[in-house]
Amino acid sequence: MAAAASKPVARQRTGRSVPPRRAGPLARREARLAWGLLLPTILAVACVVILPLLAVFWVSVKPVSLADLRPPTPVVREDLRGGPKEAGDAATIRYRLRNSSGEQTIRGVTLTDRLPEGLVVGELDPRCTLAGRDLFCDLGDWPGGFRDQIRIPVTVGQVFLDAGAGLGDTPARMTGSAQNVLTSLSFTGKNFARVFDGAEFWNVLGVTIFYTVFGTIGALVVGLFAALLLDKSFRGQGILRGIYLFPYVAPVIAVAFTWVLLLDPFSGSVNALLIQMGVTDEAINFFGQRPLALIMVTAFEVWRYFPLSFLFILARMQAIDADMYEAADMDGASPFQQFWYLSLPMLLGILSVLFLLRFIWTFNKFDDIFLLTGGNAGTRTLTVNVYEQAFAVSNIGAGAAVAVVIFACLLVFSYFFFRYISREEGL
Amino acid sequence: MSILRRGAVTAPILGALWMLVVTTSVAVVISFATGEAIRPSLGWSLLYGAVAGVIVIRLSAAWMGVLAALATLAPLALAGTGPLVMGEDMGGVARIAAAILAAAGALGPLHRILDGVHLGALTRHEFENAVIRFLTGLGYVVFTALVVIPFYVMVMTSLKSQQALLQNPLDFTIDFARGWDLFRSYHELVRDFDFAAYMWTSFHVSVLTVIITLLFAIPGAYAVARLRFRGRAALVRSILLIYMVPMIVLALPIYIAFSLTGLRNSLLGIVMIYPVTTIPVALYMLQGYFRGLPAEVEEAGLMDGLSRLAVIWKITLPLSLPALASVSLYVFMIAWNEFLLAFMLLDDPSKFTLTRGVAMLNSSEIPRQHLMAGSVMATVPIMVLFLGLERFMTKGLAAGSVKG
Repeated sequence: MAAAASKPVARQRTGRSVPPRRAGPLARREARLAWGLLLPTILAVACVVILPLLAVFWVSVKPVSLADLRPPTPVVREDLRGGPKEAGDAATIRYRLRNSSGEQTIRGVTLTDRLPEGLVVGELDPRCTLAGRDLFCDLGDWPGGFRDQIRIPVTVGQVFLDAGAGLGDTPARMTGSAQNVLTSLSFTGKNFARVFDGAEFWNVLGVTIFYTVFGTIGALVVGLFAALLLDKSFRGQGILRGIYLFPYVAPVIAVAFTWVLLLDPFSGSVNALLIQMGVTDEAINFFGQRPLALIMVTAFEVWRYFPLSFLFILARMQAIDADMYEAADMDGASPFQQFWYLSLPMLLGILSVLFLLRFIWTFNKFDDIFLLTGGNAGTRTLTVNVYEQAFAVSNIGAGAAVAVVIFACLLVFSYFFFRYISREEGL
Repeated sequence: MSILRRGAVTAPILGALWMLVVTTSVAVVISFATGEAIRPSLGWSLLYGAVAGVIVIRLSAAWMGVLAALATLAPLALAGTGPLVMGEDMGGVARIAAAILAAAGALGPLHRILDGVHLGALTRHEFENAVIRFLTGLGYVVFTALVVIPFYVMVMTSLKSQQALLQNPLDFTIDFARGWDLFRSYHELVRDFDFAAYMWTSFHVSVLTVIITLLFAIPGAYAVARLRFRGRAALVRSILLIYMVPMIVLALPIYIAFSLTGLRNSLLGIVMIYPVTTIPVALYMLQGYFRGLPAEVEEAGLMDGLSRLAVIWKITLPLSLPALASVSLYVFMIAWNEFLLAFMLLDDPSKFTLTRGVAMLNSSEIPRQHLMAGSVMATVPIMVLFLGLERFMTKGLAAGSVKG
C-alpha cells in the first residue's frame, strides 16, 4: 500500500525537472489575449471570405440564373369596385392575385386582411373565412404564372363613408413558401459541363496563361530596367521616381479609359501619330483584333504594374553593398559583367518573390481586361469568364463553376508560394 | 565584337541611334504640343546622328556651341531633307523650336554618352560605359514618355471640345482665350451628373474604410507580432492566402448574398465589404512593422504595471505612427480606386462612388471629354495625396508587397 501511494509523488518529482509539457497559466493568458485580439478580424474575414467561398462551391452545382435571386412571392392588389356614394350602396372588394414567378410553384398561399369598419359583408368566397373584421383565405398551391381574383360583395355603411370610403391603411398580407433554388437540394452537373465545353475552355485557359506569364515577366523586366535607371542619385531622382509610380497609384478605371481613348481606331491620338510618322497607312484597331488585343491588354498590365516591381527591386538594389562593385571594378569586371555576375544574383531572391506574387495577382486580375476590351477579341481570361457567365449570360451557376476552377488553380499556386516564398519572408 | 569596339564604329552607331531617339521624341512632343504635322526621317536622322557622333568625340567643348548653331540651322535650311520632316503649313516659330530642340537634345546628351570614346580601339570598360549611358538616356526618354503621355492626354482631352478632338486627335493645344470655359466639362459633370456628391461619397467611404480597417488590423497585427500562441504561423499563412483569393470569385457570392438581404445598392453594404478586403493587407504590413519595434520598451511598460492593451495604446501605437500613416494611405488608395465591387453592387446613381460614376460615363451618348474629366477628378485627389506624402506612400507600397 505504502509503495503504491508513493508512486505518484515520485512521478511528480521527476516531472519537475523537465520543462512543463502544458502551457503555464501565463502563457495561456497570453494566448487567450492573442485570440481575443484576433477574433474580430477572424470573424470578419470568415464572413466575407470563407462563407462566400463555400457559397461559390454550393452555387457551382446548382441550376441558378440571375432571375432566381428573387424568390417567387405571391403578389396581391386590392381595390374597391362599384363606387358607393350613400349608405346602403353595394360594392365589391376585389383582390387581384398573381404568382411573381412564371415557372415556380408557391405552396400554401394564404391571404390575411383587416376589413375597414362599417361594411356588411355579403356572400364570402368559399376559400375565405371572416372572424369579426379579420379576413383569412386559404388559397392552396399556385403553379407558375398563376393569376386569380377574390371578390367580396359588401354593403357600405355611414361609418365607412365617413372614414373616407377607402380600404384604409391595412394592406392585405400574403404568405406562401416557394422552393428557392439556392437552398433546395436539386443539383446539376451542367455548370461544369458548360465551363469545360470543348474548345472554348481551352481557349480561355490559353489566353489566361499568355496574359499571366507575359504580363508577369514583362512587369518584372521593365521594373528591373526602371530600377537600374534610378539606382543612382541625381537631381530630380525623387520626382522621377514619383512619376514612374503614377500608373500604379492612379485609379484603374481612369487609366484604362485613357488607354482606350488613346488607342481608338477612329479618333485615337496614337493612330494619328503612327499615320503621321508613316509607320502605318491605316488606323490599327488595337483592342478589336484577335492577337493584337491580347498583346495590348498584356502591355497595359505591364505598364500598370511595373512600378510595383520597380519599387521592390530598387529597394533591394540600394541595400547592396557598394564595396562589392568597387572590388569587382578593381578586378577588371566590366559594367555588364558586374550586372550579370553581381547584381542579378543578389536580386534573384526578390525577383522570384515578385514573380510568384505577380503571377498569382495577374492570374486573378479582372478589372483591367474588363475595362479595356470587356473580354472581347480573344481576351477572355478565366476571371472575365466568371463575369461573362454569371452576368452577361445570366447563369450564376456557370459563373460559380468557373470561380471554382480558378480557386483550384489558386491552391496549386499557393502550394508553390508557401514552398518557396515562406523561406524568403521568414514565415 | 572587336569591330564594334573601335571608336570609329561605336561613335557613329550610337550617334545615329541617339539621333533617331531624339528626332522621334521631338516629333511626338511638337505634335502633341502644337498639333502640327511633323515626323522624323529615318535615313536623315541616322546620317546626321552618325556624323554628329564622330564630330562630338573629335572636337572639344568649345566648338560645341558653334556646332549646335550649325546643326540647328541645317535642318531649317534643308527643309524637307533634314532629320525632321515638317508639314508645308507649319509655322516658323514651331519650326525653329523643333530644330533647336532636336539639336540641343542630340548634341548635349551625345557629348556625355560618348565621353571618353576615341576613334581608336576601345577597352571593354570604355565601350560598355558608352553603351550603358546610351541605354540610360534611352530609358529615361522611353519611360517618361510612356508614363507621362497617357496622363497628359487625359488632362488635355478633358479641356477640349468634342469637335476639336475629332478634327485633329493630335492637337492638344490649350486655347487660353476660352478662360473659365476650359473647365466646362468639369462644370457639366458637377451640374448634370452630380459628381461633387460622388466625390464626397468616395471620400466618406474611403475614410470609413481606413478607420474600420485600422480598428480591426491593429489588435490583430499586434497579436501576431508579439504574443505567443499555438497556430500563429498557420494564421499568418492563412492571412497571406486570403490575399490570393481573386476579388471576382468573392464578388459573385457577395452579390448573391447582398441581393437576397437587400444590402445591394446601399453604401452600408459597400462600407461593410471594403474593409474586409483591406484588413489582411493592413494586418500583414503592420505586423511586419510591430516586429521591428524593440520589445524592451513594451516590456518596461508591462513591468511598470500597464496592461497589454494599455501598452498597445500608450507605447506601441505612438511608436508606429509612421507605419500607421503609410498603412492608412495605402488603404485609402485601395478604397478610393476600388472599382469592381462598386460596379457590381451599386445601381442607383444617387449612391455612386466616384469610380462607379466614371464607369457610368463610358457610354456612346456621353462625350468623351466628360469621361476624361471624370477620370481626372478620380485621379487628381489620389495623386495630390501621393505626391504630398510620397515618403509614406512609397514605404506603404513597399510594405504591402503582397497586395497587387
